[in-house]
Amino acid sequence: MRMRTIEIGVGAFVLAGILALVFLAVRVSGINLTQSGDSYTLTARFDDVAGLKTRARVAMAGVTIGRVTDILVDVEYGQAVVVMEIERTAGELTLDTGAAILTEGILGARYISLLPGADEDMLADGDEIMDTQGALVLENLIGDLVTRLGAS
Amino acid sequence: MLKLTRQLGRWALDRIQSIGRATTMFAIALWGLPGRGDVALVVRQIYNLGILSLVIIILSAFSIGSVLALQFYTQLARFGAQEAVGVGLALVLLRELGPVVTALLFAGRAGSAITAEIGLMKSTEQLSSMEMMGVDPLRRVVAPRLWAGVISLPMLTAIFNVVAIYGGVVVGVEWLGVDPGGFWSGMTEVVELWEDIGKGMLKSVVFAVLVTWIAVFQGYDSLPTAEGIGLATTRTVVYSSVMILAVDFLLTLTMYAQFQ
Amino acid sequence: MTASNLIEIRNLSFARGERAIFNGLSMNVKRGKITAIMGPSGTGKTTLLRIIGGQLKPDRGEVLVGGRDVARMSRRQLFEVRREIGMLFQSSALFTDLSVFENVAFPMRVHTALPEDSIRDLVLMKLNAVGLRGARDLRPSQLSGGMSRRVALARAIALDPQLVMYDEPFTGQDPIAMGVLLTLIRGLNEALDITSLLVSHDIHETVSIADQIFIIADGTVVGEGTPAELKDHTSSKVRQFMHGSPDGPVPFHYPADDFVFDVLGQ
Repeated sequence: MRMRTIEIGVGAFVLAGILALVFLAVRVSGINLTQSGDSYTLTARFDDVAGLKTRARVAMAGVTIGRVTDILVDVEYGQAVVVMEIERTAGELTLDTGAAILTEGILGARYISLLPGADEDMLADGDEIMDTQGALVLENLIGDLVTRLGAS
Repeated sequence: MLKLTRQLGRWALDRIQSIGRATTMFAIALWGLPGRGDVALVVRQIYNLGILSLVIIILSAFSIGSVLALQFYTQLARFGAQEAVGVGLALVLLRELGPVVTALLFAGRAGSAITAEIGLMKSTEQLSSMEMMGVDPLRRVVAPRLWAGVISLPMLTAIFNVVAIYGGVVVGVEWLGVDPGGFWSGMTEVVELWEDIGKGMLKSVVFAVLVTWIAVFQGYDSLPTAEGIGLATTRTVVYSSVMILAVDFLLTLTMYAQFQ
Repeated sequence: MTASNLIEIRNLSFARGERAIFNGLSMNVKRGKITAIMGPSGTGKTTLLRIIGGQLKPDRGEVLVGGRDVARMSRRQLFEVRREIGMLFQSSALFTDLSVFENVAFPMRVHTALPEDSIRDLVLMKLNAVGLRGARDLRPSQLSGGMSRRVALARAIALDPQLVMYDEPFTGQDPIAMGVLLTLIRGLNEALDITSLLVSHDIHETVSIADQIFIIADGTVVGEGTPAELKDHTSSKVRQFMHGSPDGPVPFHYPADDFVFDVLGQ
């Protein structure tokens, strides 16, 4: 076969491979090229994060506005410190914004839901959300239920 | 007993020797590339290894994608979670099946062809005559195939993944009626660019080096007879397959496993 | 090293595994002559060519080509020396993925920076010398055995080497192809002032063409001289080979017990 045909074929092949990669990146992983770098960091303390993972989504009213980037433990207070990145495009959050760890469906992944507040001051980069509610732990719930049933 | 020990020792030394030979070959082949005219050789090999493998890759990808969608659907429908077909499909394909199955098919289609071709060149003294003409067959024959393999297999893997997901869409969305919105958004929600796509492609690159290296070495080291070439071709497919699966386990372990 | 010798082999020893192939072999190949190496099958004639080309390293001894020891060269130096050597392989060894034209052009493309039209002229010249200018666009698979050997010869002389080595050039050729090859080898040797080194066990053809013949057996040279000298050589081994007698110093029978004893078991 002539070299030109081969070269065109190979060019098309490599192009198809790269297009496939781009398709995977954009359509399957859903990267948003504008969002990177345009975010700020918030932290929040929870008594129990029970199964929350880094990269879990952070949502307000069900709409994703950020991701969990790190989960640390504060041994002194026995609390988990969750670091999250919020997209700037989502707008600013009030100082008294609340954070709760919820579950998608019954057995789904844990995520952080932010509840809007009414304060006039806004949270800035690096601030901490004070009003938090940890994850509901199934074992604790059942234990609670058993003791109540026993008492009554 | 002494005889057995001696044989065992010799066998082990032989194996170690061939690892040594394979490594030297690898090192010499990659030394000094790319040179004048080498690009054209690599292009020709990408044609031979990549494009000629496309048909089998696309056919397998489509059928694997649609079968996976079918299996996921029947299991997930019991929990009313049909929309998770997209996520399951994407994760399984990107992380494991895409790189592994493509590499296995590549070993069978392209790897064996490399071994047979180089073995034939050896038995018809083409490699010797190249050496006698002052042309290093490691650079002229081996290196372009190594490079072409390392370029082709990741491309094939990406194409495999896309076609397989398309197969999943055809069966899951078009045929079984999974809601396309849930299908795609579930996918984009969970799939991570580096964690899933990037690491999968990295696996593919590792497999590419493995398969082409094994194939090239088996051809280069084969006995220059019809029987020798046949044996070498078989060895290429067997060794490649075993290595792909073993290395995949190690890679998954180091990339994804969390010990807590 | 005298100037009249292109190759000098001194006290060469080479073993493959346990089996000694050469044991203290020495010979000189004169410049501009046709030298033939003959001997029974399995005596390592082809191995000797490979040692001269530096593809195999001898265990002991020196192999001087143009005054430099091939056995002690680096890979790079070897590749330089090989540009001065053309070799015709027994299986022709044409590159199956290239056309006849490209096969002959191959050494020129790798070793020279000649423009395309010069390469074209040179290739056609070489192909014309072997009478196959018209076959330039054929593939090696379309050639007969004799033709592919001629193409291989054109490729071997592509860079005008000082030395051309022929590995069993006559084996498996029909009488006409044989005649063509003989004429070509002789003609090229004279026209281009090439030193030719020929390995063969075809006595008649070799005798008709060679200036000097070495007969090797048991890892060493057992006879050397012009064809005429060797016909009446003092060694019975040499005479047996030159006349093709079935029995002699090289016995017809593989070593075995006495026949009567073997058959009757007594």
